[in-house]
Amino acid sequence: MDLRLPSKVLEHIFSFVDSNEDRNSVSLVCKSWYETERRTRKKIFVRNCYAVTPEAVARRFPEMRSLTLKGKPHFADYNLVPDGWGGYAWPWIEALAEKSPSLEELRLKRMVVTDECLEKIAASFKEFKALVLTSCEGFSTDGLAAIAVACSNLRELELRECIVEDLGGDWLSYFPETLTSLVSLDFSCLDSAVKLSDLERLVSRSPNLKSLKLNRAVSLEALGSLLRLAPQLVELGTGSFSDKLDQEAVSKLSQAFSELKQLKSLSGLWDVHPEYIPLLYSVCPRLTSLNLSYATVQMPDLVELLSRCSNLQKLWVMDLIEDKGLEAVASSCKELRELRVFPSGAEDLDETNVAMTEQGLVSVSEVCPNLESVLYFCVQFTNEALVTIARNRPNLKCFRLCVMEPFSPDHKTQKPLDEGFKAIVEGCKDLQRLSVSGLLTDKAFQYIGTHGKKIRMLSIAFAGESDLMLHHLLSGCESLNKLEIRDCPFGDTALLENAAKLETMRSLWMSSCFVSFGACKLLSQKMPKLNVEVIDEHPPETRPDSSPVERIYIYRTLAGPRLDMPEFVWTIHKNLEIGVSNLAIE
Amino acid sequence: MRGGSELELGKSNLPAAESELELGLGLSLGNGAWRERGRILTAKDFPSVGSKRAADSSSHHGASPPRSSQVVGWPPVGSHRMNSLVNKQAMKAEKREGKEEGKKKVMKEEDEPKDVPMKVVQGSGFVKVNKDGVGIGRKVDMRAHSSYENLAQTLEEMFFGMTGKVKPLRLLDGSSEFVLTYEDKEGDWMLVGDVPWRMFITSVKRLRIMGTSEANGLATRHQEQK
Repeated sequence: MDLRLPSKVLEHIFSFVDSNEDRNSVSLVCKSWYETERRTRKKIFVRNCYAVTPEAVARRFPEMRSLTLKGKPHFADYNLVPDGWGGYAWPWIEALAEKSPSLEELRLKRMVVTDECLEKIAASFKEFKALVLTSCEGFSTDGLAAIAVACSNLRELELRECIVEDLGGDWLSYFPETLTSLVSLDFSCLDSAVKLSDLERLVSRSPNLKSLKLNRAVSLEALGSLLRLAPQLVELGTGSFSDKLDQEAVSKLSQAFSELKQLKSLSGLWDVHPEYIPLLYSVCPRLTSLNLSYATVQMPDLVELLSRCSNLQKLWVMDLIEDKGLEAVASSCKELRELRVFPSGAEDLDETNVAMTEQGLVSVSEVCPNLESVLYFCVQFTNEALVTIARNRPNLKCFRLCVMEPFSPDHKTQKPLDEGFKAIVEGCKDLQRLSVSGLLTDKAFQYIGTHGKKIRMLSIAFAGESDLMLHHLLSGCESLNKLEIRDCPFGDTALLENAAKLETMRSLWMSSCFVSFGACKLLSQKMPKLNVEVIDEHPPETRPDSSPVERIYIYRTLAGPRLDMPEFVWTIHKNLEIGVSNLAIE
Repeated sequence: MRGGSELELGKSNLPAAESELELGLGLSLGNGAWRERGRILTAKDFPSVGSKRAADSSSHHGASPPRSSQVVGWPPVGSHRMNSLVNKQAMKAEKREGKEEGKKKVMKEEDEPKDVPMKVVQGSGFVKVNKDGVGIGRKVDMRAHSSYENLAQTLEEMFFGMTGKVKPLRLLDGSSEFVLTYEDKEGDWMLVGDVPWRMFITSVKRLRIMGTSEANGLATRHQEQK
């Protein structure tokens, strides 16, 4: 009896399978499921642009409509990856233009995108709808103009924290009068002012506009007129919040804010003058997301504002909020799920009175039952606080603690923070992302290896004592997918012992550690499915094998050696003679 | 030279004798930076930890240890955020030094004098840096630095390896074989360090680390009268 379902039926069933993780499982069942699945997948995620070639992706997924690509390693955000390393969008865009002309959405993160790329997108994809660039660089406002003028069905244009060569604000004027489909516009990272009248006209002919994030150059007064044109906004990023307004302008602006009945998310708020904070009160009760991380608002004003945000789920704020402010947040924002506290620079190391400590986070953890994601920069911490937080919040999924002075011990007991992090990994069984800091011995990593079974991403800096640290992690953390390490004293042994583990992970980054060039060569020989990149300004071939290299970046790949490596990146493919002749391969 | 196959579990493979590292020294680097290669920052480099910070910072005259704000990429804050952070630190530093200069802001052309916080410097902030004898240029984000000391620190790490011991003014005080120079908006090459920092970052177009002998012909701002 033929039990095979006709492919049309299979296709229909698969159309309900949304998550790509599920789709990946589906495609492993059998050949016919693989074939049917691949013909129906529309949204593709390539989380390392060098893991696979664009041609292979286009070939496998002929119905691709949306592609998400990530390029540089995460530590590129902190200037640890030299310019010119790679992550170029061009080869992808070129290939897709030819093979996937029906592409509608492109989301790129940490990639080098040039004006040529943007022009190519504008020229090649007739149905193009969404361009989201996060932490990208290499393009200018001219490239934006090319997108604006040509993409007649554009819905989303978002530039998140990109480094853009700013040639002026004209690019916005290139959106044609016929473009009425805009849903989301984010130009918050640009410096130059756009022409207000063009922006107003664009907003007023975009009835579907739900998300608008302005840049700092948009004044408070201009904001008022824009809000009146778009009361349907769900997400708003203001510009600068500090003009001198007269009484009439203030009350008009207040009225405009109170008309934003759908607003759920608020950000921007540069240069907030305390006297204008009450303008926001009317939207507070509906807000689920509030980003005050660029707003230099002092604690009392923050408390006034946040006490009105009873539905807040996501809060990003600076450490100006202090422990007292976080206590207030705890009592007002019971729905809080995600908290990020960034350094303001006010907590200088010279200040002896520290107003934001571990206590702030402890308060929030005590009271907010849904808190599952934390990023916390602070000057000091204690084991006791970590133990308390773990006990209060076993549901934590993401815990990133950055004690700003490297090697800081528990400030009460002067002991390492090993026991504290032990409590975190033991107590929070669903922890998927962890960043550690402070004084940590190898013990801490033994605990993480033993208990951190669900950890997928782990970030470590200035910690540990020996190779054991890495060994514990690579042999213990079963779900480990991304590991990034800087300035830790370990080297070759653990890396080579656990070489097989590296094929089960997306990537490993190590900088300023003790990994030798010889180990890199050996690893490259043993593991052909990995790209072992040595990123070092001084060519490693001219040094002894035992000399340590500056940075290594190791990732699994189906694409083989990169063809776009700069001079300062070495892989075994560059010097095949050296690779083969000097080593005795077991 | 040991082959890779001799690396075994349990044996420490850390570079033992310094003499091994001295082999293959880049000859253009005469300052022994290679000796320091592989030396990572340890707790000793951050003596302010665990004790009264103010006291420690004053006990290290001249050769101040790297504050956490001077280590490259630390604290781990994205560059957009770092710019705001640094501007505030620069403000604090200037207040502390009692400079009235701090009140003068970096102006856009249409800026009117009003009492608002420091504005972010216009432009991309990234400036190319080349060192004589090194083919690869680098780029530094001027907005991510708050002082000459800061900048020299970053450049030293970029071009001379991780030194650990910090002498932040090596490039600026004429005591090493290299000097730091810059090309300003008018296309002239000047020695770095003569003008107030905030004025410098608005006029710097490119940086170059050149040998002291070559730099002898360069004018400083004092000498050049415009």
